[in-house]
Amino acid sequence: MLLQQLANGLFLGAVYALFAIGYTLVFGVLDILNLAHAAIFMAAAFTALAFAGAGVPLPAAFVLAIGAAGLLGVLLDRVAFAPLRRRNAGTLVPLISSIGAAIVIQGVVRGIFGPDERRFGASLVPAATFHAGGLTFGTLDLTILIVSLGLMLLLSFVMRRTALGRNIRAVAEDRVAAALLGIDLERTIALTFFIASALGGAAGILVGLQYDSVSVDMGSRIELKGLAIIILGGMGSITGAVIGAFLLAVVETLSVAYISSSYRDAIAFGVMFLILVLRPTGLLGKRALRAA
Amino acid sequence: MSGARGRELAVEGVSVRYGGVAALDEVSLQVAPGAVVGLIGPNGAGKTTLINAVTGVVRPAQGRIALGGTQLERLPQYRVARCGIARTYQNIRLFGALSVGENVRAGAIARPGRLSDTEARALLARAAMHEADLARRAGSLPYGEQRRLEIARALAAQPAVLLLDEPAAGMNPAETHELREVIRAIAAGGTGVLLVEHDMSLVSAVCDSVVVLNFGEVIATGTPTEVARNPAVIEAYLGTSEA
Amino acid sequence: MLAFFAQHSKLVDQIGINALLALSLSLSLRAGQLALAQAAFMGIAAYVSAIGAVNAGWNLVECALAGALAAGAVALLLALPIGRLRGVFLAIATIGFGEIARIVEVNASITGGAEGFSNIPNDANTLWIYGTLALTGTALFFFNRSKFALAAAATREDENAARGVGIDVARVRMLTLAGGAVVAGLAGALYAHANFFITPGDFGFPRMEQILVYCVIGGVTSSLGAVAGAALMTILPEVVRFLQDYREVTSGAILLGIILFAPDGIAALWKRRS
Repeated sequence: MLLQQLANGLFLGAVYALFAIGYTLVFGVLDILNLAHAAIFMAAAFTALAFAGAGVPLPAAFVLAIGAAGLLGVLLDRVAFAPLRRRNAGTLVPLISSIGAAIVIQGVVRGIFGPDERRFGASLVPAATFHAGGLTFGTLDLTILIVSLGLMLLLSFVMRRTALGRNIRAVAEDRVAAALLGIDLERTIALTFFIASALGGAAGILVGLQYDSVSVDMGSRIELKGLAIIILGGMGSITGAVIGAFLLAVVETLSVAYISSSYRDAIAFGVMFLILVLRPTGLLGKRALRAA
Repeated sequence: MSGARGRELAVEGVSVRYGGVAALDEVSLQVAPGAVVGLIGPNGAGKTTLINAVTGVVRPAQGRIALGGTQLERLPQYRVARCGIARTYQNIRLFGALSVGENVRAGAIARPGRLSDTEARALLARAAMHEADLARRAGSLPYGEQRRLEIARALAAQPAVLLLDEPAAGMNPAETHELREVIRAIAAGGTGVLLVEHDMSLVSAVCDSVVVLNFGEVIATGTPTEVARNPAVIEAYLGTSEA
Repeated sequence: MLAFFAQHSKLVDQIGINALLALSLSLSLRAGQLALAQAAFMGIAAYVSAIGAVNAGWNLVECALAGALAAGAVALLLALPIGRLRGVFLAIATIGFGEIARIVEVNASITGGAEGFSNIPNDANTLWIYGTLALTGTALFFFNRSKFALAAAATREDENAARGVGIDVARVRMLTLAGGAVVAGLAGALYAHANFFITPGDFGFPRMEQILVYCVIGGVTSSLGAVAGAALMTILPEVVRFLQDYREVTSGAILLGIILFAPDGIAALWKRRS
């Protein structure tokens, strides 16, 4: 039973992690909290839904949708953050700007798709389960876990082994020095947003599939929980975000199973509050971005 | 605080450590009422650290700081200020979005009552800012005026001791010359002044005595002329790239 | 004119309450704190007020006072642990606090849980709401000329320099938070008594974002601006009703527009004109 719950925690944690990475990546590089991240999470789910509804096979729809999410992230930066960078607006103004962008994105999605909850539908969502070692998994859950881990590994590769990854880390560490070293700041930032938003979008699609539900406000819960995760893991630390995500997911799952479900969400925020008060840097945090 | 003048600032054996490094090592000095004491030394000698220790920004690991009969070393910053210590900053720290008048009034905020426009203008005049536009946004002032406004703000508190951290930095020779009169007048009014400066001509012109720091230690004290001839001081400055 | 009011009295009431909420946030913002707990304070007061009315039979004034005091007390308690937080971290901590409050409201039995609390006497009419707004406005008018307001502005500009002139920054932050909470509390009590029922969802992060939007659009440091922002953004959805599901795009676009082109809000635009 315990093992089963741990496994369930893993599935939950994988999605949390994908979402949290996007949050922390942007914060690490730009010192801003992008509250439109959850809107992109939601928009990606609708995009995948639209593609799938148009007959595109699910895996292709997934890839297309996360690409679209990435592009949306780049657009978001161009419109809502880049102008503020140019005039040195500090770190709180972009936060508010991101709220504006989030509202616009939500409005557009609601306009296009309507306010009702949508479903992928049983034909698209595999309901099979299989058993191993006394535990039961849904194939969907397993797929989600594999896809998530795959994306995280991909990110890790990019961050550690590519020039882009090096550039991102340099910009996160010291923007001025990075510019002096000849790194194209705007391009690096745009790519950072692409990656962060693609990952957040991936999380959205996977959550949409997992619960077979896509709605305009599906991002609101995870948006706030994501905050708790990146505080727990340390703002700007990708590894921290991943560890924090899995840790939180497991604790939540266990507490629902063994204590009670009603205060489950309070755990995340209680922990977050304590950390902010006692150790604001979190588990692994530093202001600079750490490689995954 | 009214009646705050006439008290001596006594720094005794103050040490400040950052990690294992001693930024200040058993530093002692005094600033008597009406005296102008210069604090000089190469970059990194600990001058700003000393000011930070006196004003309560950092807490000394050992030593005592007293103003008149009041011990300051354990007090939080705002209390130290209210005891009668005022300062200006190496990198100007005005309340940029507030007006000139508001900046001056902010300086007097811990004093009872409100500062009138007339009193504000008088303070600005003492800082050699004449005919200032009280409504003008402080951040829009030219650099030299900002420095003077900072001094006026500090004076508004009617401090017993005024700490000036490189007030001449970035000023042209005419402004620096004007600064001499400003400082002399402040001291003549009974306020003690601790002047951190690199500009030696200013230091020689206004300081009654000078304390030289190097690597956190006092290496010499005396009148400006004595200190200028002191071999240890000359050696400390040799090889450093400053004016 | 009266006919207009009768038709739109609900909207008019909403504007009044939102104006109070915007004013309450502006207090913290003027001290430089992005303390996003207003919605939570509103909720706490709303529940205290509603429970007091239904379970204990208090009248509106008693309810409002109880609510406001409760909110203020919670704010004072909250100010202690968050006292050293700045910027984004302060924002996040207060958001977390808001979520905890909401979750407690969802789970406590006395609040009626997620379904909400109903049967609240509907005795907060337009007069009460605008009376409170007028009272708050007057108080702020005098406040704006006080030394405390100057201390708050100085704290916002440069905390260290503020300490250097003798300002007790911790106390400024605590008092602006508590003052804002009291005003938000009044708004919460009025909200409860102007609607038949309340749910925890009324006081969560979406509401908090709304209030922030009012202040930003109106101009963070201006009381009149906050009220103008609240009025504008409350009326806007009605005006763009014809856009149907696309409605909120206008709100978001306006917010973006202000941030990008007129960051000091409507209040500054107005000043620039005259």
